[in-house]
Amino acid sequence: MTSVPTSAAGARPDIDAATLKRPFGLLFALAVLAVIGLYIRSIYFTPIEAVQGAAQKIYYVHVPAAISAYLAYSLVALGSVIHLWLHDARADRLAESAAEVGLVFNSVVLTSGPLWARPIWNTWWTWDARLTSTLFLWFIFAAYLVLRGAIDEPAMRARFAAVLAILGVLLIPFIHMSVYLFRTLHPMPIMLQPSAFQPNNPDPPLPPVMRTTFFIGMGAFMLLCIALVIARYRYAAIRDAAAEANS
Amino acid sequence: MADASPASPGFAASAWRIARKDLTVEFRTRTAFFSAMVFTVLGIAIFFFAWDSTAVSSIDLAPGVLWVVFTFSGLLALQRSFSVEQTDRAMDALLVSPVSREAIYAGKAIANLLFVGAIQLIAVPAVALFYNLPMGRPLLVLLGMAWLAAVGLVAVGTLFASMAVNTRLAELLLPMLSLPFFVPLVMSASYASTKLLAGRPAAEWWPWLRILIGFDIVFLVACTLAFPFTLEE
Amino acid sequence: MAASGESHVHAIQATDLVRRFGRRQAVDRVTFALGRGDCLALFGPNGAGKTTLLRLLAGLLRPTQGEARINGFALRADHAARAQVGLLTHQSMLYPALTARENVEFTAGLYGLRAPRGAADEALALMRVHDRADVPVRALSRGLQQRVAIARAVVHRPHVLLLDEPYTGLDAAGASALTGMLRELRAAGAAMVLVTHNLAEGLALASHAAVMLAGRLMRFDDAAALDSARYAAQYVQMVMAADDAHG
Repeated sequence: MTSVPTSAAGARPDIDAATLKRPFGLLFALAVLAVIGLYIRSIYFTPIEAVQGAAQKIYYVHVPAAISAYLAYSLVALGSVIHLWLHDARADRLAESAAEVGLVFNSVVLTSGPLWARPIWNTWWTWDARLTSTLFLWFIFAAYLVLRGAIDEPAMRARFAAVLAILGVLLIPFIHMSVYLFRTLHPMPIMLQPSAFQPNNPDPPLPPVMRTTFFIGMGAFMLLCIALVIARYRYAAIRDAAAEANS
Repeated sequence: MADASPASPGFAASAWRIARKDLTVEFRTRTAFFSAMVFTVLGIAIFFFAWDSTAVSSIDLAPGVLWVVFTFSGLLALQRSFSVEQTDRAMDALLVSPVSREAIYAGKAIANLLFVGAIQLIAVPAVALFYNLPMGRPLLVLLGMAWLAAVGLVAVGTLFASMAVNTRLAELLLPMLSLPFFVPLVMSASYASTKLLAGRPAAEWWPWLRILIGFDIVFLVACTLAFPFTLEE
Repeated sequence: MAASGESHVHAIQATDLVRRFGRRQAVDRVTFALGRGDCLALFGPNGAGKTTLLRLLAGLLRPTQGEARINGFALRADHAARAQVGLLTHQSMLYPALTARENVEFTAGLYGLRAPRGAADEALALMRVHDRADVPVRALSRGLQQRVAIARAVVHRPHVLLLDEPYTGLDAAGASALTGMLRELRAAGAAMVLVTHNLAEGLALASHAAVMLAGRLMRFDDAAALDSARYAAQYVQMVMAADDAHG
């Protein structure tokens, strides 16, 4: 029997018939619309930046994707801590879901970044503190997912993954510090600061129309991130319930 | 028959007992130590031939080679750390005893540290030999840095070895988990040692050394706390 | 189901012990108590949960529900109290590269014995394997390894012994050494749980007998009151019935 138990005695509180039909709910639909709206607005209704040209528009995707990735990873860390503390499988499911979604957004950051950097800085990649930290976040969470895939026993898998996630969060400041130190002690060629929201930016702030597009981008991506985490969580809940019914 | 109530073993005594046992087992079989040694020397030799030493001076190259080889030979050492407990589930005997989980971690880490330290004792002179580095003080500096970095490597690696040994892809998973963590160690140790050797002022090498020591402390504490979670529930 | 405990605090006590792996109930609400000098022979088919029960009693596994206590101590909370327990499992828990003496001495040290070498020699002599004390364990035959494993389990003169099929692999001399050693320990007040497939042997040694089936303790009897042959017949019937129910 491979069906999910639906009787009152065996029903799991976080799965009901509605969830079974649509892991992707209203929130996801809204998020997709918001992202489409963002693209339309940023391409057609937002002016081209004077210095960087059309390539600057990647900014509306790149930065929101980065913030969404950090949001997702915060959920992983939170879920991991709660799981180790309370042994709650739901927290582990949250961590697992957020890790996958976070990895996707992180990949968006790491691909959009070089695509943007190439026309602006004439280089695909630089080992600056932020890029390097983002790259290492990707390594950690790729390792997280590989680790999960390599363990069959659910309790052990959850525990080990949680430990890795927490240690990974501890690592990132060290990466950041090391690379930052490297850059301050090794003078680098002067570059344009692409984002108007970096604290050490010498450029003037964004004009209002661009700022609005940016905020729409932030909203749309974060909405998408949360909707995807929820959908992925529901999938995980269904999968786990089916596995238990079979064991 | 005497009803001998045993004294509860202390942390340090238990940790050292476990470390000594690991080293005894290692000494009996010797395979891991020899393969790590051979790998280290071979690695150093291969790097020598891979770089064009006429284009870049060897004193600039040597530390880099040392640290890369350090990382991978360290992994070899860590791999065997928990596999010794797997054979006949000897780990259960440790877990059933009154010895604390932290003492088990400390014992394993100490054994790994001595193992890696011994490899460094061979690797650093080997690098000096192949790359014509001046013997004496520079070697001691490099060795000191290597041992300081080894503390961090072993702290993180022992924890991950404990996890990896329970998984299906143990040999692949240990490097995958550990290498991101080794990067700040290797970077800091490498830059600190290069600057020290070049006679640069303290303001240039001290920040690196500080990161190295900070990493060691933070991760020794974090991994000791995390270790009990990697054991059977 | 309690045994004839003299003191208020039982030597071994299981209260509503449950252990789940996923949805599988390996141990299902097991309750019993044993006093000083009691020996419980635990019978049951493979997969009945006997090994899991022993691991729960030894503090190796965390109960999903209920609790296990040794002389009133909860071993998972009270580490020092683990010194009172000796465990023997299906695996030898020995280091193949070390000699018999080194293995037993190492364990003696773990339990804080002041003269670990002397205790090791004594334990090896008790199991009549002292003449092979300096031989690496991997060079010993299966039967001799089992003797060393038993010596390792009792070197610290535990008050409570948990033995999982200790007679496996032992020849007549080894078996008689084991029986003698168990009798001695019981006379000194040790309580024990002995998992065995050999009903006659188990009943001869034990003060109590129990049968475990599919995680449940099906019966718990005073061994003195049992007729060996009838018990054996009833046991076979129980096991077959359970087998049919699952088929």
